[in-house]
Amino acid sequence: MTTAMLRVHQAGPLVTIQDSGRPSQMRFGVPASGPMDPFAHRVANAVLGRPSDAATIEISVGGLMLECEVGPITVAICGGGFRIEHNSLRCSAWTVVTLHPGDNLRVAAGDYGSWCYLAFSGSLEATRWLSSCSTHVRAGLGGRVVTAGTELIIHDASADEDRDGPVEPPIDARPTRLLRVVLGPQPNCFGESAVETLLNREFTLTAASDRMGVRLNGPTLPLGDALSIASTPIVRGSLQVAGDGTATLLLADHQTTGGYPKIATVLSDDTNRATQLRAGDIIRFERVEPHEAIVAARTSASLRNRQLEALSKRPGIEARQLLSTNLIGGIHHQADTDTDTDTDTDDVPTETTVA
Amino acid sequence: MVDVEYQPVGDQGVLVVFGDVIDDFTISSVQALDAALAADPPIGMTEAVPTFTTLLVCFDPLITDHPSLTAAIENTLNSVAAAISSDLDSGSKAGSKAGRTHTIDVCYEADCAPDMHAVCARMDLSPASVIAAHSDASYTVGMYGFAPGYAYLHGTPSPLQIPRNPTPGPPRPAGSVIIAGQQCLIIPSVLSTGWYAIGRTASAVMTDDDNHPFRFDVGDTIRFNVIDHDEFHRQSTDLINKRAYHINNDR
Repeated sequence: MTTAMLRVHQAGPLVTIQDSGRPSQMRFGVPASGPMDPFAHRVANAVLGRPSDAATIEISVGGLMLECEVGPITVAICGGGFRIEHNSLRCSAWTVVTLHPGDNLRVAAGDYGSWCYLAFSGSLEATRWLSSCSTHVRAGLGGRVVTAGTELIIHDASADEDRDGPVEPPIDARPTRLLRVVLGPQPNCFGESAVETLLNREFTLTAASDRMGVRLNGPTLPLGDALSIASTPIVRGSLQVAGDGTATLLLADHQTTGGYPKIATVLSDDTNRATQLRAGDIIRFERVEPHEAIVAARTSASLRNRQLEALSKRPGIEARQLLSTNLIGGIHHQADTDTDTDTDTDDVPTETTVA
Repeated sequence: MVDVEYQPVGDQGVLVVFGDVIDDFTISSVQALDAALAADPPIGMTEAVPTFTTLLVCFDPLITDHPSLTAAIENTLNSVAAAISSDLDSGSKAGSKAGRTHTIDVCYEADCAPDMHAVCARMDLSPASVIAAHSDASYTVGMYGFAPGYAYLHGTPSPLQIPRNPTPGPPRPAGSVIIAGQQCLIIPSVLSTGWYAIGRTASAVMTDDDNHPFRFDVGDTIRFNVIDHDEFHRQSTDLINKRAYHINNDR
């Protein structure tokens, strides 16, 4: 057990420290923040045997380059389909690797996905606020934004080389394009036609997107006489419609209240998966009843637990060493193709449901 | 009898809607239910988020669901309904039963009040009458919103109810006391806003104490005490020294 130090040489915008967030503070204007893709964050910690709320680096499509100055330390990268290089050698998109002093790690945007998580065999030094070191970017509270020159200090660092190797992404790691919604909570603010438009037309994610939310481009959702309503609470997953009829999907660093009406709320698991979409991607909304939303939440929670359990029993060291030898030889990693295959789980919508 | 509407919020909450109009009865009702739920939370409730006219009750969908939570809220509401009505009949101000009272020192002079002239001109008042009206009133913390620590205070007296400017003005420093319509805010961070800055306090509304990071809770009562510019500067210097002391001791 020792202290490791990784020096960041390059970081895209919105690369931040995130643990599992600070729930139950919305009454003070504080959203939970935490990872945009909470499951990928959990996996990154789980494959290192770390607690699920441990602090990680959330990496955006802007990517990250770092060098190990003091080590060794084992790290995991999970989430999306990023391009990972360890000392210029390509690794699988979801991977565990041990960094020694002088080693370089490069994370860049890959085939798909907007966020991935760098977790550590050890405890990342970070500023806590309200019992969490998740970064609330706009308020500048908790954690920190990671930029070129940032020194990442990891206490109780360990080298667990027997964990090194590819991690197989869950079958639904690719983002959903069909988002299930419960209508409301302000149905009276919208006419029939707005709801019909929401449920029957396509919407495109715009580049007006950050940890707070993403603005959608699509047909106008006309408001009724609703422009002067009193502010009401916003949650992660709220679809808020501005005066000009454009919708915004609110995400991890959302405002906690807002004066524009909310036409619907996206189911939590679909919101989490949708964060891996990119600007230009097309989505659709499907209406479910509240009781169906509860069933979906319970189904996805037990699916997530099974997936985490399976990942904690990764294949034996020999098999993984063989796989990494193949990778170095230039053979494409199986995980990249696995996620293309459709699945037989009815409870989780996949891309093909829409296409 | 308190007449409310329950609306589902995805797989994570129930929104209790008390009405569309911000008035004392509605604010009192929201805060009475909020306090009662906090005192005896229904099974599976994770947090409650009050606004002036609604209360969002969040839940863990692995533990409860919309109908069960709604039934529990309905029970709690019935148990406090009588109290809300009798409070209002006896002429209590909104929220006055629920919380604590805080007195905040405010300087309404010179560079602490950059929009004083604009408010005087628009509302046809002298600075002295603006200061008297603002500091004589008592305010209820109605909700937090916008960003961490932004507590919306309800109770700005009618002569000062100036419509917000549609375009944001120059940035105002943390601690500025800003007004628009019936509302008043002490901003915890630098902000460009269409609201009017008529004073400034040296008291921090967000603290460095992780156990009590926010000085106000919804339902608390706020009163303002007029201080002059010299006193404001003395308090500001004290605050800076205290901060420096804390930072040095943390190291």
